[in-house]
Amino acid sequence: MSSSEKRPPRARTPLFERHRDAGAKLVEFAGFEMPVEYEGVTAEHLAVREACGIFDVSHMGEIETSGAGALALLQRVLSNDVSAIAFGVEGGGAFAGGAQYSVLCREDGGVLDDVFTYRLDEHRYLTVTNAANHARDLEWFRSHAEGFADAQITDRIADYAMLAVQGPLARGFVQALSDSPLPARMTAAFRRLSGAEVLVCGTGYTGEDGVELLCRPEDAPTLWDQLVARGAKPAGLAARDTLRLEVCFHLYGNDLMVERGPIEAGLGWCCREHTGFIGAEAVRAVRETGPRERLAAFEIVTGGIARPGNEVLGGGVVTSGTMSPSLRTGIGLAYVPAERAEPGSELQIDVRGKIRSAVVKQKPLYRKAQ
Amino acid sequence: MTVEASYPEDLLYHPEHDWARIDAGLEEATLGITWYAQDALGEVVFFELPAVGSAVRKDEPYAEVESVKAVSDVIAPLSGEIIEVNGSVEQDPHVINTDPYGEGWLVRVRLSDPGEREALMDAGAYVASLGS
Repeated sequence: MSSSEKRPPRARTPLFERHRDAGAKLVEFAGFEMPVEYEGVTAEHLAVREACGIFDVSHMGEIETSGAGALALLQRVLSNDVSAIAFGVEGGGAFAGGAQYSVLCREDGGVLDDVFTYRLDEHRYLTVTNAANHARDLEWFRSHAEGFADAQITDRIADYAMLAVQGPLARGFVQALSDSPLPARMTAAFRRLSGAEVLVCGTGYTGEDGVELLCRPEDAPTLWDQLVARGAKPAGLAARDTLRLEVCFHLYGNDLMVERGPIEAGLGWCCREHTGFIGAEAVRAVRETGPRERLAAFEIVTGGIARPGNEVLGGGVVTSGTMSPSLRTGIGLAYVPAERAEPGSELQIDVRGKIRSAVVKQKPLYRKAQ
Repeated sequence: MTVEASYPEDLLYHPEHDWARIDAGLEEATLGITWYAQDALGEVVFFELPAVGSAVRKDEPYAEVESVKAVSDVIAPLSGEIIEVNGSVEQDPHVINTDPYGEGWLVRVRLSDPGEREALMDAGAYVASLGS
């Protein structure tokens, strides 16, 4: 390795100094220098399950679609029925817009990204993209917008920082800063938090209650400090990954990719073929005939951790795998032949030459005790 | 990790970030990974012990240590036969982070060639090697 070697500069979020000062282990993720863990993944994970964690997810992208033709364009680009996203619903005592999960497909049904879309106004929507896919998504939106009258696409990635505040205590901590009641789960609305205008979204990717906050980059450090002071524990990408995997939420690049369609990924629930979205015909065909492989959730029963790329004997491949801090066992997701994807099915996984036994479980792998 | 960096003077070090504490009789040694290794890994979430009675060879892996994102080989700093393993690290691998030279020891080995220790570094040389 030569020190004169040219490397692309890594982007930093507005919270970079906070992470560095907290002693976080920083890694490159989708071109950003991001915290992977602070104190340790287990403590951060359990804080989210039991109390409150705060994540910097400012690397994620935002695309705004506006104008009278916005809905028609989004119906084409997104797999879900965008007309079902409510607006003007009573969300915690004030008006709010709905939120919806969907995928972007190619014509052949291959998944380009998985995204959340929030309705900001009658003809205004904000779609949150995965960092690594943002540029491609933006180009995809723009190229399809040409056929739609009065549909504007605006790249908002530089306008927003994003914090995920998650866990049973999260809403209380955020509410204490807010000028009015927070929007309900799966709705979003602008609020003033300590004076700053913030889009508060009743969403998250951890399986816990909580909110995601989209704010101006310059307001992010103060919001972060105030929430940490109230008891939100800084949590890194490692905990975000273990939390999402326990509840079987997909990670693009691991469990979703252009070579796979939404039906085999178990995302048929967010595909509404009647809307005529790009890829609807391909998705319908797979839904009718059944996919060859399905994404199954598994638990390792013999100890160990399966990793992405590990092969399942007899066909199949692991796409996500980790040690579950809540279940204290190895867990993961794997594409396996459809007939072996049912709960109870036993899998043998080749983990670097050691054969580990796993059993397919019902999703989600982790469910909160009632 | 919050624990401060440390490299005890009574240990010998292997460049792959492993340590050996050789008993006074030069017949047996305790092995583990260094503070630097655990810090680079991040929180250790899985460690599977090798079998008692199995052979370890200097400079070759004898176990794997797993953090959230990475799997790393644990390299033997000395050759010999495993005579004891630390069962508590399998139950709670996080002790490798919190106490890498104490509670986080991995195995005890009966040395087959005590002279191999001549090739290992003392704490000062090891710390200097980290600076490069």
